[in-house]
Amino acid sequence: MTPILEARGLTKRFGRTQALAGLDLVANPGRVVALLGPNGAGKTTFVRAVATLLRPDAGTLHVAGIDALREPAQVRQIIGLAGQFAAVEPAMTGRENLEMVARLFGLSAQRARAAAATVLDQLQLNADADRLVRTYSGGMRRRLDLGVSLVGTPGLLLLDEPTAGLDPASRAQLWEAIRQLVAAGTDVLLTTQYLDEADRLAADIVIINDGRVIAAGTPAELKTLAGHDVLDVHVRDASALPDAATVLASVGGDGEPRIDPATRRASVAVDGTHRLMEAVRALDHFGVPVEDIALRRPTLDEVFLTLTGTSTDSTNAATGPEAA
Amino acid sequence: MTNSTGSSVLTVPSPSPVRARGNAGAGFWPSAVAVAQRTVRKFIRTPQLLVLATVQSAIFLVIFRYIFGGAINVPGLPYVDFLVPGFVTAAVLYSGMGAAAGVAEDLQQGLFDRLRSLPIPRASVMAGRCLADTALVTWSLIVGTALGFAVGYRLHGSVAAGLAAFGLCVLFTFAFEWLFITIGLVAGNAQAAQGISVLVTPLTFVSSAFVPVSTMPGWLQPVAEYQPVTPMVNAVRGLAGGPPVQALLDHSTAYYVGLSLIWTAAIIVVFGLIAAVRFSRH
Repeated sequence: MTPILEARGLTKRFGRTQALAGLDLVANPGRVVALLGPNGAGKTTFVRAVATLLRPDAGTLHVAGIDALREPAQVRQIIGLAGQFAAVEPAMTGRENLEMVARLFGLSAQRARAAAATVLDQLQLNADADRLVRTYSGGMRRRLDLGVSLVGTPGLLLLDEPTAGLDPASRAQLWEAIRQLVAAGTDVLLTTQYLDEADRLAADIVIINDGRVIAAGTPAELKTLAGHDVLDVHVRDASALPDAATVLASVGGDGEPRIDPATRRASVAVDGTHRLMEAVRALDHFGVPVEDIALRRPTLDEVFLTLTGTSTDSTNAATGPEAA
Repeated sequence: MTNSTGSSVLTVPSPSPVRARGNAGAGFWPSAVAVAQRTVRKFIRTPQLLVLATVQSAIFLVIFRYIFGGAINVPGLPYVDFLVPGFVTAAVLYSGMGAAAGVAEDLQQGLFDRLRSLPIPRASVMAGRCLADTALVTWSLIVGTALGFAVGYRLHGSVAAGLAAFGLCVLFTFAFEWLFITIGLVAGNAQAAQGISVLVTPLTFVSSAFVPVSTMPGWLQPVAEYQPVTPMVNAVRGLAGGPPVQALLDHSTAYYVGLSLIWTAAIIVVFGLIAAVRFSRH
């Protein structure tokens, strides 16, 4: 099976910034890949390289088997790009935007109209299709922008932070649209800073920081990577948090308990199910009033913090392009 | 707006053979036309721009015709006959500079990224932009010319020569749009693009557009004579003004037309290339 995306040792430097520092990534068709990382991790640079908008300094990049550095024009025939901005023309209607890009993909006028109509249907923009985009809400613009990237029925869809700056309802709507596409067989590479977004949409998650991959796998694998289960205690009163933390410190491993006064929660990583019983007994012994107690898998948030937290310490010294 | 959790409402197209083949993409001219169409639509659907362009040009003309005009003495010619060809030629730059901010905006807002990710010749995007801007400026030149006649300008040559003069202005527009597109591509943002293109306006003042070059200080006269706007203005003035004006010019009209065409070609080649290269690799 030809990988839909195969990057080997990609490097890119902008002045003093090493945006990509030897990035390796292989994505197989039929799976949504989420590129997860903080601001400045190199997510956008990587997407721009895949979209043939910039040339890496070193390394190789293949998109569906096509050498993106040697045959960028061929790559453009099979990708769809929705960048961080809603790059649609406000002075045109939704339908006109879609038809323009469909024509640019080389469709005849008739087929462009049909393709635009299909996409409008798909993204439930029919009612607003003939209104100027400048009257659209932010969420509608992003949906239309996604639609524009779809109008050429791309084999690989590149979504750079597709829901950045959207309200929760619009995010949910866009997620639903992306899920439908994936169900229809479009391969998707998306970047995000939102862990829940990656968790909900992606089959594979690649965590990058400082221009290189620091972890990759399914959401479940990544949660295992952080190692331990998490013991979560929800106390009835915030004043009981220090006591709860003391108890958790005694049952936990090497990790310090984490305290969140806003939600009246204390949590700690533990090395086994038996720690739950120990914690319950200790909490009872010290008379800590507990609302709720649970043993759970770590969230991606916790995985992410663990991984990026350690990696920023170790990579600051070595910013050179190692894989070049 | 309803939430879209009901998946039965959504129709999803099954994978089509198109997907496997990819899209061949549009050719150079269809792409250029599509891009041009978008720029023109944007302009005509933003009435403020349309009204502003016309009003600015009218105010400018009225100021020179009725306020400065009384104090400017052009030997052997009513000032209105001297002014209007210079005004219309200078309007090429005033109306044309809007393209710089427009291009910078397209770049900033990600539209160019999208276009550059499509399977089309990248130079076609720039060609479409330039054609559209030339068309828009031509519209304001028509308005400017009509205003010129309204404030008293009259052709003293043939109508054909007058049309040729207007045609030259359209050609100058096409050339200067490449300069403004280049400014838009390198400026970084719309405000900077606007600021840089305003720096081009002195070219119209240190030229024969509004006052005779002979009235300028001696050290400035060579600058005025050898920059592109002066031969352009003189070519337009000579063609439209006919024999009475031609008698007052230092050289024949053919000389000025030739020189202005050389400048036009040079501007197109230099800035067309810079814009195309800059856009393709940006």
